[in-house]
Amino acid sequence: MSVAQQHVAPLRFSLADRYGASPTQVAALAFVALFLIAFLIVPLGRVIFVAFTGPEGSFSLVHFGDFLRTGLLREAFWNSIYVAAMTVVLASIIAVPLATILARFRFRGAALIHTLGVVPLVMPPFVGAVAMQLVYGRNGAINLLLLDWFGFRIPFMDGLNGVIFVEALHYFPFILLNLSASLSNIDSAMEESALNLGARGFTLFSRIVFPLALPGYVAGAALVFVKVFDDLATPLLLNVTNMLAPQAYLKITSVGITDPMGYVISVIMICCSLGAMLLSALALRGRDFATLQRGGGGLTRRRLGRFGTVAASVFVVVVLAVTLSPHIGIFLLSIATVWSFAVLPDGFTLAHYATVFREAGPLISNTLLYCGLAGLIDVILGAMLAYVVLRTRLPGRRLVEQVAMSAVAVPGLVLGIGLLRTYYDVKLPFSGESLATFWFMLVIAYAVRRLPYALVAATAALQQLHVSLEEAAENLGAGKFATLTRIVVPLMTGGLLAGFVTSFATAAVELSATLMLVARASDAPIAYGIYVYMQSAAGRGPGAALGVIAVLVVSVATYLAYRVAERERGLKSRELF
Amino acid sequence: MPGVSIEHITFGYGAAPVLDDVSLDVARGEFFAFLGPSGSGKTTLLRLIAGFGRPASGGILIGERDVTREPPWSRNVGMVFQSYALWPHMSVAKNVAFGLERRKFSRAEIERRVRAVLDLVGLAALADRRPAQLSGGQQQRVALARTLVIEPDVLLLDEPLSNLDAKLRVEMRAELKALQRKLGITAIYVTHDQEEANAIADRIAVLDQGCIQQVGFPVELYDRPANRFVATFLGTANLIDGMIEPGGRFVADDFALDGVGGTPGPVCISIRPQDITVTSPDAGLAAVVTEREFLGSITRYRVRRGRHVLLVDIPHRRDGQTYAVDAKVGLMIDARQIAVLR
Repeated sequence: MSVAQQHVAPLRFSLADRYGASPTQVAALAFVALFLIAFLIVPLGRVIFVAFTGPEGSFSLVHFGDFLRTGLLREAFWNSIYVAAMTVVLASIIAVPLATILARFRFRGAALIHTLGVVPLVMPPFVGAVAMQLVYGRNGAINLLLLDWFGFRIPFMDGLNGVIFVEALHYFPFILLNLSASLSNIDSAMEESALNLGARGFTLFSRIVFPLALPGYVAGAALVFVKVFDDLATPLLLNVTNMLAPQAYLKITSVGITDPMGYVISVIMICCSLGAMLLSALALRGRDFATLQRGGGGLTRRRLGRFGTVAASVFVVVVLAVTLSPHIGIFLLSIATVWSFAVLPDGFTLAHYATVFREAGPLISNTLLYCGLAGLIDVILGAMLAYVVLRTRLPGRRLVEQVAMSAVAVPGLVLGIGLLRTYYDVKLPFSGESLATFWFMLVIAYAVRRLPYALVAATAALQQLHVSLEEAAENLGAGKFATLTRIVVPLMTGGLLAGFVTSFATAAVELSATLMLVARASDAPIAYGIYVYMQSAAGRGPGAALGVIAVLVVSVATYLAYRVAERERGLKSRELF
Repeated sequence: MPGVSIEHITFGYGAAPVLDDVSLDVARGEFFAFLGPSGSGKTTLLRLIAGFGRPASGGILIGERDVTREPPWSRNVGMVFQSYALWPHMSVAKNVAFGLERRKFSRAEIERRVRAVLDLVGLAALADRRPAQLSGGQQQRVALARTLVIEPDVLLLDEPLSNLDAKLRVEMRAELKALQRKLGITAIYVTHDQEEANAIADRIAVLDQGCIQQVGFPVELYDRPANRFVATFLGTANLIDGMIEPGGRFVADDFALDGVGGTPGPVCISIRPQDITVTSPDAGLAAVVTEREFLGSITRYRVRRGRHVLLVDIPHRRDGQTYAVDAKVGLMIDARQIAVLR
C-alpha cells in the first residue's frame, strides 16, 4: 500500500513542474519571440546599425554630426518637437474641460461628449487634413466668410499651425478618454473624506482630485505627443516638409535606401518616442493609484448652474462642430464638382464615387486582405502570448510581452524603413522578387504595429477568465486541448474579436509604413490610394470619396468592436467573479 | 468508494515549503475536513489530490491506485471550486453534461444522468438557464451536480459555501451532509470556519503553516487539543504556562490548581472560558473583574489574578447574578476539564 518509498527521492523536475508549461506553450512563446525578432528587433537594429556606421564601415557618429550641421534638419527637429508639444496643449484645451464636465457635473449633453470621444478617431488625420484646408485654410470657407464680414483672416492652417490643428482635433480623444477614466476611478469617498477633514474648493482640487487624476492625463498626453511626433501622412498632405518624419521619408524615397540621413532621423525619432514614454512613466512612477473601492463610482456629480450650463453647452457645441468639420468637409468634397475659393462647393455630383468604384476596386480589396490578415495574425499571436504570460511561469515571457508592447512607440515610418532595408536583399523563391517589396510585407508591418492592441484585448479577456474554469474542465476529464477548444477559446472570443477589429480598423488607415513598403500601384491599399489621389487637384474628388469609404469602414468596425465589448461586459457583470 | 491516502507529501519550492511532510488517511465513505487559517496549505493539499500541481516528494493514493503522477483529467476526482467555476457560455444542463461527454456516454445516457442529478439537487426546472441567471445557492448546486454526475471516486470541496450568505450557508451544509450520506461518497471539505468543519465533518485535520497539527473527531479536537494552535483555533481557550509539580499540582506564580495530573515538568494548560465558574471572593481563586461583554446567551468576563488575565463565560439568565467591573470575585476551575498541551 505504501508508495512513500517510491517517492522518497524528489521527482525529476519537468517543464510542467517548474514553469507550469507544456511543450506546446514553450513552442508558442518561441514562435511569438521569433516573429518579433525577425520583424521588429532586427529591422530596428538594422536602422540603428546603419545610422551609426561611418563611410568606412566602422562605428561612427559622423552622420549625427551631419544631422546637427544641417540647418534644415535642425529646424525639422525643433518643428517636430514644437508641433507635438503644441498639439498636446491644444488637445488639452479641448479635452480637459470636456472630461471635467463629464466627471464633475450632471450635464444633459453627457452623451454628446461621449460621442465626441470617438468621432475624430474614425477618420485618419491625413484624410481630414485636405478637408480642413477647404474649411479652415487661407482660402477656405471660414476665412472667406471672415474676410467678407470682418476683413481679416485667421491663419488656422498656415504651415505648422495646420498640422497642430489637424492633429489636435484628431488626437484629443486620447486625453479625454484617459482623463475620464482616471476621474471616474476616483472614489467619491476619497473626496468626501477630504471634505470631512475640512478641505474644499481649491485645496480639495489641488490635493486630492488633481493628483489622483494626473496619471490618466499624463498617459493620454504622452500618447498624443508620440503619435503626433511620429506622424508622417498629415504633414505630407499639408505640404509641410520641414519636420522630421517627412524629412526621413523624402531622404529615403528621393535620395535612396542607402542614404544614411533617413536612418539617423529614424533613430532620433525612436529616441524621442521612447523618451516621451519613459518620461511619462517616470513622472507617474508609484502614482498610479488603484483608487476604486468596492461600490465606488467616481466623484459626486453636482448640478450645473444656469450660467455653467450655458457655458458648457456652448463649449460642447463648438467643439462638436469643429470636430465634425473634417467629416463634413470630406463628404462635401466627395460630392463636389468644384470646390475652390468658395464657402461651399459650386455644384454636386456622384461622379467621384463612380470613378472610385471603377478604378479603386483593388485598393479596397487589398485593404480588406492586408488588414484582415494582419488582424488575424495579431489575434493569434496576441492570444498565444497572453496565455503563456498569464498561465505559465516560463522565463522570458514578460520580456517578450514588453517587446511586443513596445511596438506602440515605434513609428510606422521607421519600421517601414527597417523592414525595407533588412529584407530588400532577401529574394523570394520562384519569382525572385525582393521580400521587402512583396505585398505580404505590408501585412507584417501592420501586424507588428497593431500587435499591442490585440495583446491588450487578449490579456484582458484572459484575465477575466478565472483559471478555475479551466481547472474545472480538467477535473471533469477534459485534456489540455479539449479545455482550450471547449472553454478557453469560446470564452475569449468576444475579447479576441474586439482585438481583431481594433487591429483591422487602425491598420486600414495606416499610411506611414504603407508609403515606405508599397512597391507598385496594384499592391496598394486604400490609405495609399487616398494619398496618391490627393496629390493632384483633379484627384481630390475621388480621393475624398475613398476617404468617405475608409471612414465608413472604420466607423462600422469601431461600432462593432464597441458592441462586442459592451455585450461581453454585460455577460461578465452578471457573473460572480 | 475508495478512501484517500496521503503519504509524506512535500510541496513548494525554496526554503519554506507550502506543505511539509504531510501524511493522512481518509477512510472510504468518510466526510473529512481540512481546517486551517489562510496560508495553512489546506487548499494546496486539496488541489494536489485533484492533480493541480505535483508534490516535490511523497505520494497520493486513491483506494489502491497511485495517482501521484496522473494528470487531473484521468483521476476521476470531483472538485467543487470555491468560485463554482461554472462556464458562463453553457447552460446548466451543458455544464453538467460536460464531464459525461468527456467520458463518451451515449446521448440518451447523458440526458438521463443529467436529469437525474439535477433532480437530486432540486434544479431540474432550471436546466436551460445560464449560470449568470441563477442565485448563488443555485449556482452552488449546479457546481455540485456537475461534479457528482461523473460519479467521482472522491468528492473534493474547496470552501464551497464561502460565497453564500450566513443563513443559506447553514442550510446548504446540512443538505451537503445529507447528500454525502445518501451517496456514501468519500468527501474532503476545505474550510477555515471551525464551526462549519465541526458541523459537517466526521473527522477533521487541522493544518497550520503547511503541517498537520492534529487529526481527530470534532469533539476530540475541542476537548483534547494537541497543542496551542489547535486549542485556540477551535474555540476560545485560556492558555497558561507553568509547571506540573510531583503529585499533579499545576503552578504558575500565584496561580495554582490541584489535580491536573500528568508528568511533572513545564507545561501549558488550556482552560475553556465556560469551564470556569465565578463565586464570591472568599471561595476559590481570588480575582478582579476588568471587563464585561454581554454577548446574548453568555456574558464574557475578563478577570485578572496576579499577572494572569482569564476569559470567563457565564451563561446568561434573566435577573441572574452579574458582576460589575472592579468587583472582587472567586474563580472555581474544574481540573477534569483542563487540557494539558505539549
